[in-house]
Amino acid sequence: MCLAIPGKVVEVFSSEGMHMARVQFGGVSREACLDYVPETQVGDYVLVHVGFAISRVDEEEAKRTYEALAELDQLGELDIPEMSGKSGGAA
Amino acid sequence: MKYIDEYRDADIAAKLVERIRKAQTRPWVIMEVCGGQTHSIVKNGIDHLLPRGIELVHGPGCPVCVTPLEMIDKAHAIARRPDVIFCSFGDMLRVPGSSGDLFSIQSQGGDVRVVYSPLDCLKIARANPDKQVVFFAIGFETTAPANAMLAWQARQSGLANISLLVSHVLVPPAIEAILSSTENRVQGFLGPGHVCAVVGYSEYEPLAARYHVPIVVTGFEPLDILEGVLMVVEQLESGRGEVENQYSRVLARGGNRPAQDLIAKVFEVSDRKWRGVGTIPDSGFHLRDEFRAFDAEHRFSVTAIDTQEPAVCIAGLILQGIKKPHDCPAFGTECTPQRPLGATMVSAEGACAAYYAYGRHLRESDLVGIGDLRR
Amino acid sequence: MSTSKIDDTPVQTAESAALGPFGACPLPIFNHPQIVLGHGSGGKLSAELIEKVFVSRFRNPTLDRMDDQAILQVGSARLAFTTDSFVVTPIFFPGGDIGTLAINGTVNDLAVGGATPLYLAAAFILEEGLAATDLARVADSMALAAQQSAVQLVTGDTKVVNRGKGDKVFITTTGIGLVERPTQLSADRARPGDKILLSGYIGDHGITILSQREHLEFEGALASDCAALHSLVREMLDAAEAAGDLPGVRVMRDPTRGGVATVLNEIAVRSRTGMILREPEIPVHETVRGACELLGLDPLYVANEGKLVAIIAPSIADAVLAAMRNHPLGADSCVIGEVVEQPAGMVLMKTTVGGTRVVDVLFGEQLPRIC
Repeated sequence: MCLAIPGKVVEVFSSEGMHMARVQFGGVSREACLDYVPETQVGDYVLVHVGFAISRVDEEEAKRTYEALAELDQLGELDIPEMSGKSGGAA
Repeated sequence: MKYIDEYRDADIAAKLVERIRKAQTRPWVIMEVCGGQTHSIVKNGIDHLLPRGIELVHGPGCPVCVTPLEMIDKAHAIARRPDVIFCSFGDMLRVPGSSGDLFSIQSQGGDVRVVYSPLDCLKIARANPDKQVVFFAIGFETTAPANAMLAWQARQSGLANISLLVSHVLVPPAIEAILSSTENRVQGFLGPGHVCAVVGYSEYEPLAARYHVPIVVTGFEPLDILEGVLMVVEQLESGRGEVENQYSRVLARGGNRPAQDLIAKVFEVSDRKWRGVGTIPDSGFHLRDEFRAFDAEHRFSVTAIDTQEPAVCIAGLILQGIKKPHDCPAFGTECTPQRPLGATMVSAEGACAAYYAYGRHLRESDLVGIGDLRR
Repeated sequence: MSTSKIDDTPVQTAESAALGPFGACPLPIFNHPQIVLGHGSGGKLSAELIEKVFVSRFRNPTLDRMDDQAILQVGSARLAFTTDSFVVTPIFFPGGDIGTLAINGTVNDLAVGGATPLYLAAAFILEEGLAATDLARVADSMALAAQQSAVQLVTGDTKVVNRGKGDKVFITTTGIGLVERPTQLSADRARPGDKILLSGYIGDHGITILSQREHLEFEGALASDCAALHSLVREMLDAAEAAGDLPGVRVMRDPTRGGVATVLNEIAVRSRTGMILREPEIPVHETVRGACELLGLDPLYVANEGKLVAIIAPSIADAVLAAMRNHPLGADSCVIGEVVEQPAGMVLMKTTVGGTRVVDVLFGEQLPRIC
């Protein structure tokens, strides 16, 4: 359920009383309704599901969380806190 | 594509898998709730990346699979009418009712149209004033804002020839039904990221507390799924049962307020029947009285539909995560890619269909010989 | 109560007999009493229809091979013989029209059989009300495409049907070519160790058509890849001959409806081998990617009209690939995987993120999804 993908807002306009945007996904663009994320500006990234932006991507948070992922150390033992009684090794 | 490609990075995936491996000390059963998450897992081969002992079971987050037979039959009855243009998301086209599916109805002369967005129905209605446009408004909470907007716009614009056939279902009651079952095996959940983008995740907190299960609201890209699994495993290993948010770049606890506001204006919560599971109280949406004029069930008298549905069927057990496609006696034998048999086979996000499309009917042992493909 | 009966459904217990093996679990319908759109999708429904209705009635060794073309020995000549129908909507689209498809599609089916395309026949079913200017435009496209491929249209037929009984124009082209080299191209010839080559970016045609379709439309620099591939094939066969291993070109197919996935599955099944693809190696344009992500489609199943896949013996794969890259239609050619022994009849893929999945055959059409 819930195929929604992030796209970049390249244009905002009104249509039929609804706040709309042209959103770019890779090399294609499609219009989407912005009524649920009214504060969206051109250049923002929004998450679009069936022609509606249901959320804006928090780019700061995205950067912060992605950097944490990218910095994951494969060794792992160094940063998992020791817990008493915990047996080592994976199942 | 930004915010997609980087979440498919193989090196980071390997690191996450290694972290899971290191964190895990015993087997765990984790359910991903959303059909979209199932799709991502199987399409990317994530379940084969995970360490042995992490068992992913697929939840009921597949509106195609849980839409009751009666509702399908009502949809088909309406679609057969010569004065109707029946609009639907592609997912529902191949779901069989008691006789035929929307494709066969189309082949018999019905006007059935696939739409990407409910708003497309407004255009169709305006372009065809002598026809009745009916939209099959299915989905979980994620799709409710879109379906609500269609109802809202229809009423605002005074379009007389448009209506919605609503079959909306809600996730938390389904999770509660799973957790309260005596046969439940699920120990932790990957929560539905896009559902929560709309409605937030505060509703999951009482569930996590009452049943002491970790619920990690998770996105859909491979790194999201893996990070979600890691967070669940870390909770399970440390005996916690809390709600956490893996998908923080897209959502916060409160969800989308404007969307929730319009949903509340258009829909009200009601009991809903779930295919293969039965009626779950307060588990769906109906159109409010103010929108009755746009409710296809009222506009078209679709009565006396001969539908039979037993209390339990195998797809229901799969939807609840009690059985996996592998457990089904027909999976891979009578029920194969060449001869699909089950409800969960109908479209790509059904657990069995996802498995068949991506070949989970291969057990681990069947993949011997391509060992160099696995890290 | 759901389900139409399926011929080989196993016997059920008394109480479940009426409902089928799994209670109310609906069976996706295989035995439709009417033809549905899925029968034309190139997937399992199509295959079932063709086998049950046609092949079963007309059995002969050539037909049983079910290649894109029939290779026939007529006297001392080896002829390739093929036919195809073109029903695309809209009839005009970026990158071509139904006319260019009608010529190139049949030229390509001959070419991947190792033939030099020579002659075409064309049959037209015109819908009453079709604009004469539209028909002229289609005919112009066909004339140009035929000239570019050095094929002659030598015979044809025209019919008109009542308004509403057609869809502007349907075209069937039938082609004949001469197989001058001792090629042995057939879907059952793949062997473990062979390389899987692809001539370029996939999904352009299908996504272009989809983008023109109402209610699914989106914008982007999309155009069909419609092209005639016979000169590309000639370069490939030249390279194989020069390397002394013409039979090392085992199979060539043009992945039209059903896409690369469908074609590779057919080869895997006929050859009784497995295949392993590598997702990062498969070229997809950003526009196609964006559209696929948006609609929930998989580019591996999207139609192409100017691409080919080839299964090539490992010893000559580099030479053939180099020849392809030298040709304008093969500039982006690449190796996307290998043929393996197991699992026989299946196509697997190592995914971008490092997992493994099976690339199965679709049931019917690939539909946009919201899940």
